[in-house]
Amino acid sequence: MAGAVLLLAAVGYVLGLLFATGPAGLVIAVGVAIVMSIGSYLYGDRLVLASARAREVAPTEEPRLHNIVEGLAIAAGSPKPRVYVIPERALNAFATGRDPEHSSIAVTQGLLESLSRVELEGVVGHELAHVVDRDILLGTVLATLVGAVVLISEFFMRTWWWGGIGGRRGSDSRGGGAGAIMFMVGFLFLVLAPIAGSLIRLAVSRQREYLADAQGALLTRYPPGLASALRKIQASAGIPMHAANNATAHLWMNQPSRVEGERMGSLERLFATHPPIEERIRRLEEM
Amino acid sequence: MPAWAWIVLGVVVVLLAAGIWTFNRLVSLRNRVDNGWAQIDVQLRRRYDLIPNLVESVKGYAAHERELFEHVTEARSRAIDASSVPDQVDAENVITRDLRQLLAVVENYPELKANENFLALQEELTGTESKIAYARQFYNDQVMRLNTLIGSFPSVLIAKAFGFGEREFFDIEDPIRGPAEVDFAG
Repeated sequence: MAGAVLLLAAVGYVLGLLFATGPAGLVIAVGVAIVMSIGSYLYGDRLVLASARAREVAPTEEPRLHNIVEGLAIAAGSPKPRVYVIPERALNAFATGRDPEHSSIAVTQGLLESLSRVELEGVVGHELAHVVDRDILLGTVLATLVGAVVLISEFFMRTWWWGGIGGRRGSDSRGGGAGAIMFMVGFLFLVLAPIAGSLIRLAVSRQREYLADAQGALLTRYPPGLASALRKIQASAGIPMHAANNATAHLWMNQPSRVEGERMGSLERLFATHPPIEERIRRLEEM
Repeated sequence: MPAWAWIVLGVVVVLLAAGIWTFNRLVSLRNRVDNGWAQIDVQLRRRYDLIPNLVESVKGYAAHERELFEHVTEARSRAIDASSVPDQVDAENVITRDLRQLLAVVENYPELKANENFLALQEELTGTESKIAYARQFYNDQVMRLNTLIGSFPSVLIAKAFGFGEREFFDIEDPIRGPAEVDFAG
């Protein structure tokens, strides 16, 4: 969390150094970073839900899902999260929000249709574990901030490219050489920033998934339920997930695939936001 | 102040802080136990409301299960009128068993399984049953934590001094729980 905010602040800071002149630009950059952080704290969940095209459902529409969410919330001793459905065929789910009092759980239509009650309980238990552990705040803020870093980087790259800001700096007599070095540093930084963002995400999310699996099983007291759900999710891994993107990948129950029949290569495995599903199933079966 | 006075002062401060921490922990656990009990109560009431509906809607289709209906209805009034916790727990266990049997019996009546209203009722009942189980699980977990804290040293001193008492578990006769026995297909 602090890492993500610092990362954004650092991006703002360096951009301020590079492109704005004097402390005014710096202050603006830090200000933007702070506003962004607060904004993603307050509205990140709505952003993430909207980007997944999730729709809130009433208890009368989805009684089974609502009953399961409410039951597990009771088991965890936390308030009932809001319940969303994502109109997608793929089997996946995620949780978002800033704390258990402001949390939402979203599952895909495909998941609702193909899982039995115990399996669905396993999945909801996993997501609720993320809620109770406050992984959701981290995940949601990361999703919005990483998204923002990418956006800002691109914005400044383009601005520089078209000479808007660079032109002004060029009027400085010392311009030439220093400007080129600045550009190199800035370029490097802007390329590295999104990668750093992903690495932060990876570091936090993989171990967290095992933990949430274990805690979810502690809530349902029935590890085979989640194991069986994961097996079904694995079997359907080829179905593309249109609503997922790079910034939100780590939030999902399982790594979303974006192309029909996509398989993970070894490089992707290295950068995967989730541990291999076989390993998760194995650990559940050992409980 | 001499050195020994500082040491005594330090020890007193540490003891005081530990005492306050233990006290707050006891209060929060007691609140969680009370909250857990309230949750169980809410779900049990919900079940009392559902039983007459269930009996009413199943009666027309499955007339020869009358004995079962009467049994569960009787257990329901016994649970509502119970004056002590063990009596209530006893009656609730009977209800749980009867309802399980009722929902199993229903499988033999395809017309009932095709009835939209009944399916909604069945979902409500299954949901309530598992919420009761989860509420009980939460309650028992919190009772265990509270009792452990009250029973162990040195927190027992604080607990005794401020009158924190151990709580009773909500026992079930058959410990093999799990959503497994409810409805695998649904």
